[in-house]
Amino acid sequence: MNIVVCVKQVPDTATERKLRSDDKTLDRDAVDGVVNELDEYAVEEALKLKEAHGGEVTVLSMGPGKATETIRKALAMGADKAVHLSDDALHGSDALSTSYAMAQALKKIGFDLVILGSESTDARTGVLAAMLAERLGTPQLTLANKVEVDGSSIAVQRLTDYGFDRVEATLPAVVSVVEKINEPRYPSFKGIMAAKKKPVETLGIADAEIAADQVGLDAAWSEVVDFAAAPPRAAGTIVKDEGDGGAKAADFLASKKFI
Amino acid sequence: MSEILVLVEQLDGEVKKVTLELLTLARGLGTPAAVWAGPGLTDAAKARLAEYGAEKIYVASSADVVDHVVAPKAELLAQLVADKSPAAVLVAATAEGKEVAGRLAVKTDSGVITDAVGLGEGFVADQSIFGGGVNVRSRVRKGTPIVAVRPNSTAPEPVAGAGAEEEVSLTLSDAAKAARIVERVKQEKGARPELTEAAIVVSGGRGVGSAENFSVIEGLADALGAAVGASRAATDAGWYPHQFQVGQTGKTVSPQLYIAAGISGAIQHRAGMQTAKTIVAINKDPEAPIFELADYGVVGDLHQVVPQLTEEVTKRK
Repeated sequence: MNIVVCVKQVPDTATERKLRSDDKTLDRDAVDGVVNELDEYAVEEALKLKEAHGGEVTVLSMGPGKATETIRKALAMGADKAVHLSDDALHGSDALSTSYAMAQALKKIGFDLVILGSESTDARTGVLAAMLAERLGTPQLTLANKVEVDGSSIAVQRLTDYGFDRVEATLPAVVSVVEKINEPRYPSFKGIMAAKKKPVETLGIADAEIAADQVGLDAAWSEVVDFAAAPPRAAGTIVKDEGDGGAKAADFLASKKFI
Repeated sequence: MSEILVLVEQLDGEVKKVTLELLTLARGLGTPAAVWAGPGLTDAAKARLAEYGAEKIYVASSADVVDHVVAPKAELLAQLVADKSPAAVLVAATAEGKEVAGRLAVKTDSGVITDAVGLGEGFVADQSIFGGGVNVRSRVRKGTPIVAVRPNSTAPEPVAGAGAEEEVSLTLSDAAKAARIVERVKQEKGARPELTEAAIVVSGGRGVGSAENFSVIEGLADALGAAVGASRAATDAGWYPHQFQVGQTGKTVSPQLYIAAGISGAIQHRAGMQTAKTIVAINKDPEAPIFELADYGVVGDLHQVVPQLTEEVTKRK
C-alpha cells in the first residue's frame, strides 16, 4: 500500500505567536517550528498500516525551507521517503490554495491512502482533509479514531458529536485522524541516523504543475482585514477560601444572573 | 434583500441552538433561509426554524444526504448557491460543519472563513486566533462568502419568518456517495447539554485527582444545567473521556460562563476556552495562570469549594 502522510511544521504552541504587520501572515521566522502535534498521530497510523499491510510511507510537507526539520522527524519515526513542496510563490496561501497545491503534489506522487492530522494548531481551520477529498475525488474518511484496511476496503470510526459513525469506503481514500488514535513512537537513535540518508525530493510549483495564479497571498480567497492583540482581560476578584469560598462564588454567579 | 443560507444542525429531528443563533445572525445581514439536509423534518422543527426567522426552508429529504460523509451536504449547498445566488452561506463551526464549508468552498470557488465569533456588515468576520491571543477581522474576497460560525457567538432571538418549505431535487454524484455511514453509535451522555453548545461549562483538571472525584464536577454542572469539560491532564490520566477535553487539541468552547476547577490554565487549555464571556477559577495554587483570566477566582481546595458552590446554587434556584 502506497501511503502518503501529510505533515505541517507549526509554531510551538507554548510560544507567543504573531501575525506579521506587513502582509498579515503568520510570522514563522520568529518562532521555533515543531511538527503539528496531530500530524504525529497521522505518521504513527501510517507506519502501523505499513507494518500490517506492507508498502511504503511517503511524507509530504508544504512549507518554507526550515520545514525540513519536521520532515526529518517524520522520517526518523520510520517513514521511507519525503516530498517537500516548497516555493516562495506558496507563501501566504490560504486553505483553498493549500489544498489545491497539495492535491497537485499528491497526484504527482500517487497514493492508495492519504493520512493527515485533523487540524493544525496554527490555522486550526480543520478543512484541509475535506478539501483534498473533494479535489481528488476520493472518499473522505475524516476525524477517525480507528482505521482498518482490508485489501482495497477501508473502514474508520468517525468521531461525531453524539459518539461515532462507522464509515466504509474503497481505496484510494483520504483519512484524517484525531488525537489519541494511537501512541506516536519516539524516533530511536538508529531512526534519527537513518533519516539523514532517506531521500527528500523538493518540488517547486512548476514541478507539481501548480498554477502560479492559484496560490500565494495574492490568490487567496479570503483575507485578513485587520488584527490586534487581544486586550488583556480586566483583572478579576480573587478571594481566598476561608470556609466560605463556595458561597462567595455563588454570590458572584448571582450578581451575574447565572443563578 | 438577498438570501443567506443557514445549514441546519439537528439531532434526531431537534434543531440545535447554534442554528437559531445563525438564523439570528443571518437576519441582520439578509433574508435567512434554512437548509435541512436529509429526512426527518418535523412540523415542530419547521415551526422552530420559522420562529427564529427562516423565511424559506429548503429540504433535501433523501436519506442518501445523511448516509454518506459530508460530501452530499456540500453538493446540496453548492446546488442552492447556483440556483438561488445567496449573499452568503453560514454553517456551524463544528468539526463536520467546517468540513462541509471546506468542500463547498472548493465546489463553488469561494472563500471560506472558519471559527468566526462574530459577523458584521460586508460579511466581515471576527476571529480569535493563537489561543485567544490575537483578534482578527477577515473577509472573503472571491465567490460567495462561506462562514463557519462558532456556537454561542450571538444570543438567539425569535422573530417570526414565513418558514415556507421548498423541496430541493438533488441528484448526488457518485463521488459524494463514496464514504458510506454504515452504523451510527450514540454514546449515552445523559441530560447534559453538548459541550461546544452549552451556555455554561464546568471543567475539571489535575486537581480533581481521580475519575471518581469527577462526580464533584458533574454535580456542579448538573446544578447549573451545564456541560462538563476536562483539561488534558485529566483526560490523559484517564479520569474523564477524551471527547470532553477542552483545549488546543480538544474542543474549543465559548460559553457565557466557564468554571475551571483544579485547572492551572496552561496555554494548551486556554486556547480552548479563552473566549468564554465570564470565567470563574477554583484552584489551590494562588500562582496558577488561570487566575489571570478569571473574572472571579477562589484560592482553595476544589473538594471543599465546589460542593459548597453546588449546594448554594441548588439552594438559590
